[in-house]
Amino acid sequence: MALRQSPLSDTHAERGAKTTDFGGWEMPVEFDSIRTEHEAVRTAAGKFDVSHMGELLVSGPEAAELTDRLVTNEVRDRARGEACYAAICNDAGVMLDDTVVYRLPDGWLDGSHLVVPNAGHDAQMAERWCDHRDEWGLDATVDNHTESLAMIAVQGPDAPGLLASEIADAGSGDDDSIDLDALGRFEATVAELAGVECLVANTGYTGERGFELLCPWAEATTVWTALDCEPCGLGARDTLRLEMGFLLSGQDFHHEENPRTPFEADIGFAVDLDSEFVGRDALARVSDPDERLQGLRLEARGVPREGYPVTTPDGDPLGTVTSGTMSPTLGEGIGLAYLPADLKPGTEIAVEIRGEGKEARTCATPFLDR
Amino acid sequence: MSFDTPDDLRYLDTHEWVRVTDGTARIGISDFAQDELGDVVFVDVPAEGEEISAGDSFGVVESIKAVSDLYAPVSGTVTDRNDALESEPELLNEDPYGEGWLLEVDLDDESELDDLLDAADYADQIA
Repeated sequence: MALRQSPLSDTHAERGAKTTDFGGWEMPVEFDSIRTEHEAVRTAAGKFDVSHMGELLVSGPEAAELTDRLVTNEVRDRARGEACYAAICNDAGVMLDDTVVYRLPDGWLDGSHLVVPNAGHDAQMAERWCDHRDEWGLDATVDNHTESLAMIAVQGPDAPGLLASEIADAGSGDDDSIDLDALGRFEATVAELAGVECLVANTGYTGERGFELLCPWAEATTVWTALDCEPCGLGARDTLRLEMGFLLSGQDFHHEENPRTPFEADIGFAVDLDSEFVGRDALARVSDPDERLQGLRLEARGVPREGYPVTTPDGDPLGTVTSGTMSPTLGEGIGLAYLPADLKPGTEIAVEIRGEGKEARTCATPFLDR
Repeated sequence: MSFDTPDDLRYLDTHEWVRVTDGTARIGISDFAQDELGDVVFVDVPAEGEEISAGDSFGVVESIKAVSDLYAPVSGTVTDRNDALESEPELLNEDPYGEGWLLEVDLDDESELDDLLDAADYADQIA
């Protein structure tokens, strides 16, 4: 099957990007080098094309109720312009995906709710929303805007200044400028950038200050080009998110291959058991799981990778690495693994690399102070 | 993009190169290989005295994004390895035919070199 294409794919090809299949999309994995891109985001700013992310617009009088009942966090009482992180679970409390849900500000797609699932999950989640709407008899419309809305992230300590200057440039006077400093974490507003009306959200996947911008598909190149910073691919996106211990859907959890609850995945903060949602009753019984996703740091030379066994120092099995890399910031191998929940941070463990146990320790995440 | 393929080397189709000087073969990976891998962060090759065998895997090179096996272009006994790579694995990216060499072996059989690609054939392969 042909891979889905970002509206920026020609722009990326001209810039010499290497691409990869990610969730059925052909996306840039690397522009210059993962290390260069990673360091740009940690020390200055970088931009990411994340148009592979799904966008489901849920509107109508009961849009909030429908969405509230399908995600683990509380959505119903959010103010306009507020967003939250949540999991999407089945009846058994197993995560199908994780998502950010925005209650859209006034003047942008009618102030409804926008659900942003991961790459390749948009059709399946749209169907899930529609099926439950019909089952519950709710008055809501679900539109899949994944291929009409582009998403661009600009991340790094210089991102606020860079974006503020572009937004100021676009405005015809002070009245048109917005105060990015006043935009709190998980808040979104509407702003004009290079003449394009964008949803600007104070969200991201890197641990740095920064924003995610949503704009019409046809305007993506204009917005991308206006952001004067290092283009970054999925390779750097992965090392940046892993240094923060952020989950990657499909890799750190998968409803069939590695079924996990949000508590096991250590995102209990995104579960509101006072909210009524699919999977809530199952989750209420397992809020204290036997296994929990934990960080690990390799003390020996080497790189933990997905699928490597984690053992005690004596070789007794403890779990399996779900994500791992050489941390460009720390210069050591880091990873995530589901391990017995009672292991304290700092416990001596081993990661089996090509048949040899390498010294490692569990550690708290994020791996970096941010 | 075009990649450097020095004329004085012989190549394996899996992107290792070998340069023979007085019966000693120095082995590394090609410019194309280092570019495909991206930022190299870890190299694991055998120590002095160990044997490698033509066509067999003798170690690994890891970049941030991937692990790649290394295959021996020739057979022989390891006489030296590039210890600088332990602290500076990025030398493989910066200078794959020079400072980023991997190891040196005492050749068992110089005729094995005839089975390898010359620079022109290797350049065609990666074109």
